[in-house]
Amino acid sequence: MIYDPSWSAITIFLMFVGGAVGLSFYLGRRKQSSEEYFAAHGQIPWFVNGIAFAGDYLSAASFLGICGMIAAYGYDGFLYSIGYLAGWIVALFVIAEPMKRLGRFTFADALDAKFNSRGIKAAAGVSTLAVSIFYLIPQMVGAGVLIQPLLGLPHWAGVVMVGIVVIIIVVTAGMVSTTWVQFLKGSLLVVFSAVLVVLVLNQGLTTVTESGETIGPIPSTLLATNRIEDRAVLTPEGEWAEYPELVRLASTLDAGFDVFVVTPTQDSETVLLRRGQTMTTNAAGETLVGGLPLGKGQGERQLRGVGSVTKLPGGVTSTGPLGPIEYLSTLRESEVLLWSKLALKEADGSSTTVYYPKPADGSRIMRPGEHPTFAGIRSGNPLDSLNFLSLMLALFCGTASLPHILIRYYTVKDAAAARKSTIVGITSIGFFYVLTLYLGLGAMTSGALDVTDSNMAAPLLARSISQWLFAIISAIAFTTVLGTVSGLILASSGAVAHDLVGGFLGVELSGSAQVRLAKIAAVVVGGIAIVLGILFKEMNVSYLVGWAFSVAASANLPALVMLLFWKRTTSQGIIASVIVGMVSSLTWIMLSADTYQKVFGWDPADAIAPFSQPGIVTIPLSFATLIVVSLLTKASDK
Amino acid sequence: MTDQLSAAERHAASTQLTEIERSNAKLGIILFVVYLAFYGGFVLVNAFQADLMDTVVFAGLNLAVVYGFALIIVAIVMSMVYGLWCKVEPATAGKTAASAADVSLADGSLSDNDGNQS
Repeated sequence: MIYDPSWSAITIFLMFVGGAVGLSFYLGRRKQSSEEYFAAHGQIPWFVNGIAFAGDYLSAASFLGICGMIAAYGYDGFLYSIGYLAGWIVALFVIAEPMKRLGRFTFADALDAKFNSRGIKAAAGVSTLAVSIFYLIPQMVGAGVLIQPLLGLPHWAGVVMVGIVVIIIVVTAGMVSTTWVQFLKGSLLVVFSAVLVVLVLNQGLTTVTESGETIGPIPSTLLATNRIEDRAVLTPEGEWAEYPELVRLASTLDAGFDVFVVTPTQDSETVLLRRGQTMTTNAAGETLVGGLPLGKGQGERQLRGVGSVTKLPGGVTSTGPLGPIEYLSTLRESEVLLWSKLALKEADGSSTTVYYPKPADGSRIMRPGEHPTFAGIRSGNPLDSLNFLSLMLALFCGTASLPHILIRYYTVKDAAAARKSTIVGITSIGFFYVLTLYLGLGAMTSGALDVTDSNMAAPLLARSISQWLFAIISAIAFTTVLGTVSGLILASSGAVAHDLVGGFLGVELSGSAQVRLAKIAAVVVGGIAIVLGILFKEMNVSYLVGWAFSVAASANLPALVMLLFWKRTTSQGIIASVIVGMVSSLTWIMLSADTYQKVFGWDPADAIAPFSQPGIVTIPLSFATLIVVSLLTKASDK
Repeated sequence: MTDQLSAAERHAASTQLTEIERSNAKLGIILFVVYLAFYGGFVLVNAFQADLMDTVVFAGLNLAVVYGFALIIVAIVMSMVYGLWCKVEPATAGKTAASAADVSLADGSLSDNDGNQS
């Protein structure tokens, strides 16, 4: 799709960024101690910290990724919402208070509280960096994706802008500015998502379709002729010939063509043609839509926004305003169009992607198992079920192991404040995740979806309602990236300055020297994030976040839990568990079918790992390693 | 050596839980196990009996939607219940003062701020 940069969007966006940077300079105007830089002196009020948890946690993957997945496939994206929230239960009931009691600045502090071991500091520091960088890449890619429609700038410009703004936020006032930016972002995200959902419910559901979207029903014998509805049928050449269900008809309005997908009707003698879209890249690198150059001028075409309801219960064409339960039950009895895509080679060597609609019963989009990641649960193959269990286990265990979330516990004054702020966090995050289902389904039926990029579902849903709302939601989505990236860079800079240089290498630094080193580390990690954000441009945003959760859950959680609940845990046991958890989960991911296909471009059937999600194997492995090594080293640790 | 000692002391202080901390931790574990069973039920039904999720259970909503929303709402409610049932540590004020004193002493060096947390 072609997006026009809108001045309202640019103005609101600049106000947000200016506000965040101005606030950071204001908060960072006086000299900082390490206690203030890393932990805001433990003086953040618990309510603010609770909303900042939401600001830290609700990343681009939650807002853009989950809404996009629900918009494209239905309920499946909501499984992530459920898993991401459930992880907070582990954080609140098991981790929050001990974390506050044991640690000071970083995740490694808590793991090392009992032993003062350089090995633990090194292992935990490296695992913090690994998890944070995996988490950073999709955020930076998301920033680049957002900046294109918002400001009309290329992808790299978005990545560089986010990188610079975040480095400024972190370097000026560390945890204090990061917390307040996350607080503002968390509040704005939850409030405006709620506003958007109210508007979606108020609109209700409508079956209005544009003319020209369908042809027929026509006799199926017509498909063998060279004219349909007075339009010439294009001869199928190249790989088009392999797909008899796709028919191209010359346009009556311009020199291009329209592609239609043949859909059976209840009558076996007739078929319905539903209009799809094509996008072709030719040898010269030009992009064509429906056979014409991509553009908005005369003789050019662009992709249309999609997403519609084709049938409503009772045969009505519009429901009017609906309540939250009614909205879901009505949609369950409706029929909607889901969009699939197909890649094929033209006779002249150009590659074409065909986007085509498929009617789906509402009952199918309101149940799990439509997205390729989750389709396995209906396959009857036990490995697919294990893969699903493994993902849900990683989501459950991952939250309480993410270093950038855990360091927020040091910003409040005591264990009671840690507890209260987690409750505020769970309430606001849970409320937001309920909204994601409505935002995704609203986008699915909004007629505004971009077939090439499901990540834009939530902002485009806003645009289908009002240009101003689009500007605000896009700016909030951008701020979403700022808030999460700040937390990640702060956690990484703490790992470098406090755990690795100070702890592992044993370099004695004064407070101000430690802060200076952390700031340099923040600039370097920010720079690395910018480079990776540009290199990984094509990667799927939510996919990489899944990696981060699996690695965090395997490397960090077993050590943290056993330290709290098993008295015989030794320092060697912790080090071995962190290293084995991190290396085994990373290796498993690298050898999985998903990575073979999406990262290396190899045949997924050759993958060595039996299923893609490592958690169900690597989390128990990490626990077992800790127990065995602790038992073996018990005597020496005394 | 001093660092070793102070670390040991700090651990002793941080792992020797007060009666209230221990009772809060126990409450946390009980609630955690309850939620784990609830979440585990959802995951297992999806993994092995996915078709059950299609069953309409309430107001035209299927089990997938009702169970999914329930997992979110129950998490929020249980977190609030935990907040209400947790005993408030009377030592909190003293602890804070102690840690603040530690911080000012320890700030500027990497040596551990040790042990005198009540």
